[in-house]
Amino acid sequence: MKILLMGNPNVGKSVIFTRLTGVNVITSNYPGTTVEYTKGYMRIEGEKAEVIDVPGTYSLESTSKAEEVAVEMLQNGDVVIDIVDSTNLERSLNLTLELLKSNKPIIVALNLWDEAKHKGIKIDAKRLSAILGVPCVPTCAITGEGIKELVSRIGEAKKGNFQFDDRWEAIGMILSEVQEITHRHHTFLERLGDASVMPVTGITIAGAVLFICFMLIRLVGEGLINYIFEPFFTYIWAPLMLKLSALLGGSGFIHDILIGNLIEGKIEFMESMGLLTTGLFVPIAAVLPYVFAFYLVLSLLEDSGYLPRLAILVDVLMHRLGLHGLGIIPMMLGIGCNVPGALSTRVLETKRERFIAATLMAIAVPCMAQIAMIVGLIGKYGVRGLGFIFMILFIVWLSLGILLNKIVRGESPEIFTEIPPYRAPYLKTTGKKVWMRVKWFLKEALPFVLLGVFIVNILYTVGVIQFIGKFTAPIVTGVFGLPKEAVGALIVGFLRKDVAVGMLAPLGLNLKQLIIACVVLAMYFPCVATFTTMAKELGIKDMIKSVGIMLGVTLIIGGILNLIL
Amino acid sequence: MQLRITDMRVGEEGTVLEVQGGRGLIRKLELLGIRKGNRIKKLSSQFMRGPIVLEVTGSQIAVGFGMANKVIVEVKR
Repeated sequence: MKILLMGNPNVGKSVIFTRLTGVNVITSNYPGTTVEYTKGYMRIEGEKAEVIDVPGTYSLESTSKAEEVAVEMLQNGDVVIDIVDSTNLERSLNLTLELLKSNKPIIVALNLWDEAKHKGIKIDAKRLSAILGVPCVPTCAITGEGIKELVSRIGEAKKGNFQFDDRWEAIGMILSEVQEITHRHHTFLERLGDASVMPVTGITIAGAVLFICFMLIRLVGEGLINYIFEPFFTYIWAPLMLKLSALLGGSGFIHDILIGNLIEGKIEFMESMGLLTTGLFVPIAAVLPYVFAFYLVLSLLEDSGYLPRLAILVDVLMHRLGLHGLGIIPMMLGIGCNVPGALSTRVLETKRERFIAATLMAIAVPCMAQIAMIVGLIGKYGVRGLGFIFMILFIVWLSLGILLNKIVRGESPEIFTEIPPYRAPYLKTTGKKVWMRVKWFLKEALPFVLLGVFIVNILYTVGVIQFIGKFTAPIVTGVFGLPKEAVGALIVGFLRKDVAVGMLAPLGLNLKQLIIACVVLAMYFPCVATFTTMAKELGIKDMIKSVGIMLGVTLIIGGILNLIL
Repeated sequence: MQLRITDMRVGEEGTVLEVQGGRGLIRKLELLGIRKGNRIKKLSSQFMRGPIVLEVTGSQIAVGFGMANKVIVEVKR
């Protein structure tokens, strides 16, 4: 049996999905978090059933991609759980009526039931069930209330017998029969919600929120590094590795692969380039703390419902770049990792917007792993180093966006989105989400970092980097003003950008060269994981265009920096 | 009096009379509650023809300036 979870965006389909199947999926408090369907399994009366979390849609008339996907999936489903937003029955019922027409057995989950109660909305579930001719079960997915009843009644799902001519008239009739709204005063969260979309107070709040986020990421990231990970690696891991080094005879092929080069008889975790030294230190001690800190903050932001409000404030700016406000979402997610960033370009409607957003993100938004390594490498120069790099990337983002808006053909529609109410993040769900993302990072990143470090060793031992260095010297040295060994970082950057930044450490670069190298590494090409995701999202032709833009802009910006710094 | 959403004052309420656009726009707007006869309240607008936030059917939505400019509303002043 195939069970489909369908409903409007941001009604909690993914939360119910997790409740039903035990499969964890990323959920947030803004429309469009689920961009691809997810499958899971559950048992109903001893039988295994497939459950599919369908991306949210307002209608089945297939005018947008999400709607097309939903219609296609509907054809293969056996039962539909129609998840309805009890706080906005009117909007939800449109899809419900369309689903009733599809002749599939349906059961309605009246989700966000508790929030509706708080808002003074009373829905007569029995009456609604009688009118529609299908079972209606009140649920509160986030706390799990009503889920048991929903599961036990899936078998009762049936084809509705509700007849109507005009859809909106029918919805109006249903509402007057089943819904009662009592007026009540605005809550604090609602007042805050209003203030955060007013121009003046909104920008003040946005400034404060972003500043707090930034400080929180720094505090948590640096704290973890300074008090946990660095002490561990310095006082426990390093002596262990020195013993292993002695055991291996202090040199030789295996020694160099595992431990790397000892620097003045000591292990330098950023420079030694062994699998067990740099290979573990980079992902775990240098990058993981910041990745964790970032995802903690991002997850809180997502679940509170702030992101769509930020989107409204930056909408005018984003229009200059050929995007609308929601274009901020791929950029924010991209800071964590460019892969989910590229996937989230689907919150934008047209091909043109998705091309611009993905290209801008890949070129000017470095991922947290890379940022963490850049901080480790040149944090000691303060604003002169870090601040400068981010300023350059921002200028590139802005001016390239303005340029792409002028030359890329196609349409950029205006923003049109629902704004979810502020919700206090439910710590268990938010915590689980952070853990899922960190786990994903470890699973995806650790093998690639180790592979990267391994390849660096092989390339150096075989002499490939020196060899390629000769050919690329005109660009690397001539245009960018970097030593020709820096090409090694550019090669490895295709695999992992954090390892690539780490490879700059032993080169003895001055501040100017460090800035150029970091900017070039951030922009020139996406890492392999981002590359494959973008190619899938954009198609090969647009991907080639996008890469062309990246290489071109890198040459120009790198060259200019080398001339003016 | 009749005016466009873009000409409403912040905090003002009104009833939707007409969407001056093609079928596509009418359909798009009605799915989020902007349709003939529905009550809307303007919650905020941004500088430089930015998006407008409305309260409609008990929830909030953001509408681009161009779209909001095509919606005629009956307002009591």
